[in-house]
Amino acid sequence: MKITPATSQRFVVVVLWLIAAITIFILLFIIAYILAHGLGNITWSFITESPRRMGRQGGILPMIVGTIYVTALAVLIAAPVGVLTTIFLTEYTREGKLTSFIRFGADCLAGIPSIIFGLFGFVFFVIVLRMGFSIISGALTLALMVLPTIIRTSEEAIRAVPQAYREVSYGLGSTRWQMVTRVVLKSALPGICTGIVLSIGRCVSETAAVMLTAGSALRMPYSPFESSRTLSLHFYILSREGISMQNAYATASVLILAILGINVVAYLLMRRFVAKVT
Amino acid sequence: MKKDRLIHAALTVIALSAISGLALITIFVFKEGLPIILRIGVKNFFFSGQWYPREGKFGILSMIVGSLAVTAGAIIIGGVFGLGCAVVLTQFAPRRLVVVLKPAIELLAGIPSVVYGFIGVVVLVPIIRQYLGGPGLSILTASIVLGIMILPTVTSISVDVIRSVPRSYREGSIALGATGWQTTYMVILKAARSGIVAAFILGMGRAIGETMAVIMVAGNALEMPHSILDPVRTLTSNIALEMGYAAGDHRQALFATGVTLFVMIMVLNTIALTMSRRSAGKGG
Amino acid sequence: MMTKPYLHVIAGYGKTQYFLALFILLIPICEGCRDSKNQPVSVIGSTSIQPFAELLAEEYQKNELVSFVDVQGGGSTAGIQALADGISDIGMCSRELTEEEKNHFTPIEIARDGLAVVVHKSNPVNNLTLQQIQMLFSGRIQNWKELGGQNMPVRLIMREEGSGTREAFINLVMKKNLVSRKALVQESNGAVKELVRYDPAAVGYMSLGLVGTELKSLAVEGVNPSAEQVSLGRYQLSRPFLFVLKTDTEPRPEARKFIDYVLSDQGQKILESEGLVRFK
Repeated sequence: MKITPATSQRFVVVVLWLIAAITIFILLFIIAYILAHGLGNITWSFITESPRRMGRQGGILPMIVGTIYVTALAVLIAAPVGVLTTIFLTEYTREGKLTSFIRFGADCLAGIPSIIFGLFGFVFFVIVLRMGFSIISGALTLALMVLPTIIRTSEEAIRAVPQAYREVSYGLGSTRWQMVTRVVLKSALPGICTGIVLSIGRCVSETAAVMLTAGSALRMPYSPFESSRTLSLHFYILSREGISMQNAYATASVLILAILGINVVAYLLMRRFVAKVT
Repeated sequence: MKKDRLIHAALTVIALSAISGLALITIFVFKEGLPIILRIGVKNFFFSGQWYPREGKFGILSMIVGSLAVTAGAIIIGGVFGLGCAVVLTQFAPRRLVVVLKPAIELLAGIPSVVYGFIGVVVLVPIIRQYLGGPGLSILTASIVLGIMILPTVTSISVDVIRSVPRSYREGSIALGATGWQTTYMVILKAARSGIVAAFILGMGRAIGETMAVIMVAGNALEMPHSILDPVRTLTSNIALEMGYAAGDHRQALFATGVTLFVMIMVLNTIALTMSRRSAGKGG
Repeated sequence: MMTKPYLHVIAGYGKTQYFLALFILLIPICEGCRDSKNQPVSVIGSTSIQPFAELLAEEYQKNELVSFVDVQGGGSTAGIQALADGISDIGMCSRELTEEEKNHFTPIEIARDGLAVVVHKSNPVNNLTLQQIQMLFSGRIQNWKELGGQNMPVRLIMREEGSGTREAFINLVMKKNLVSRKALVQESNGAVKELVRYDPAAVGYMSLGLVGTELKSLAVEGVNPSAEQVSLGRYQLSRPFLFVLKTDTEPRPEARKFIDYVLSDQGQKILESEGLVRFK
């Protein structure tokens, strides 16, 4: 039986629609499963109290604070360093073997498993530098982890800026730094921000790298030298140790809602930036 | 002028610190890990399945097999679904579907790995245990979970690559009377082939590096697996399970496992790079 | 090239905000930095002891005059390692110290805990000898029917290597015999519990106090597993819960105070109410 192109077309369209449908279904299933079990347990006290009995009772406020603390510190360190490094590599140096090598290195490090960063952070920051299990250990580890990604995405964004923009800027008499900040960065901003938002998302979801750097203390952290537990780690511990499935689902729901929120905010910010810059 | 030179100097310092920070990690991992590989011998480290840290035996073969098996399974599932979604997004989908599918895939990328692992344990493991046999924690389970996790990576890179194929290719093909699928299959995918391979390879890299979800669903048994329903331990899981308490030789052996992963990722990235260079050359 | 003035403002505004944020986040460095008295007592180690230590810490900290106590898991051997590396004050260990460890560390027994061998509720096996458990876990008995159970292949569940529970099990049951390489490895009591709960062919071991009603704990050598039998010494699978200190370093007074609390009548009552046995 000969399969006509029309038949194969129809068959493939069905298969492809099936694939798309299954993908959407999986996503909805995961989110629905977690939210269905956990949304009901998110009360005001859950978000504002500290945990008691190892997390069986009470809330997750220290974890929320800890997550924000570690992520904010990591991104505040990595973002400017990453973007400025990229500016240096693209605008202030000439393209050559060295820059290709650095780009390859950044690409590789962006793909290195997070557990290796965790291992490094544990031995270097926690033990050798005697920082102990602390937010600063976790933040530095996470900063190193997202730095390559920020460098990579920033580089793509900056390279996409047409050379004409730069030439016009010089033609109008600007210095290199003026050209970079007022022309190139403005155009590349959406791409750079995508990279930063990606990194924020990665930091919030990260468990392996914070497990043995920021530690897993249940208390509210009052200084970056104290240990603290992030939301993902708390969810992992609650669900694995079987301490409280109820609270585990609730924690996961908070996590998912936070990530949804970050994605939405990023999307809206992107639209505003693109509208203003174009 | 002076301000500009100051800025140049400041940027140089910042860039150098960033690069040396990243170099520090690489050097540190290699410095800690290489000596023990040389001491035990390459054969005993990579080709022996005897992992008994207490007796000083550090053979990671069963974990290499575990990582490769799980990754292979993941790329089959994630690759097929990822490429399928990419094709749907670029070639076959009406606007309504794209608006739903694209954010859906981006959201999938944002879900934490521990949530994936948890759903795997609570939903997948009992199903596989009941209907397919075995303990439920197995290569198959890990492959399915990882496949879903790398789907967004494969899709987004494939979409970029497919979009970069010139419109004239598609229009020419349709003008010659080909159906949509024929066009996609015979023209566009062929043109984007190298880039798509690069997407697959980067997806593989992500799968090899995943830790938390795999610890939860793969079973972590030390024995070499005989079927996809057997439990396995991957290189990353091994590091995570033991790094808290390992000391001396044992800790160095974990760094050596890190070196192995480093080299694997470097090889994969190099292949992906040459692949995407070829694709860029052709598409232009 | 048109410059957009408000973007300039945002950029300048952004710079101030950035440094402000950095400042705020790092300020507490000055406050809580290297002040020994304010630094919390760090207790790291066994995941089996962790819930009990957390409970003790919670009750202890209700008194406002004491320092904070941070309890973290990681496993018994990780706890010893953390002590050695100098990142904790007290280590938690749910097994006896090895001879090597005794040279550098001082154990303080705070309680005794039973080790339960657990199976699925539907498993008809009720009682095993130590010899049988050993043969199960070394892989010599491969099917439940050899023990009077159903015709099903045995699925072994072990804890990870750094776990005190695993070490205690190996010391008490396996002795010199190797554990089967086919065994699944799970990294917490809870994970073991979940697996055994839903898999009729599974067998594992866990802290007696955490078993609950969803699983069946087997009698060992005819003795039922319970805190009472553990304290009477009749249930053979029992291990000490230890707080470990570095021998050559004097522990901080805050750490001493916490240990004293745990060993006091009040502390011991809390542990007993959770199913543990007082230290001797």
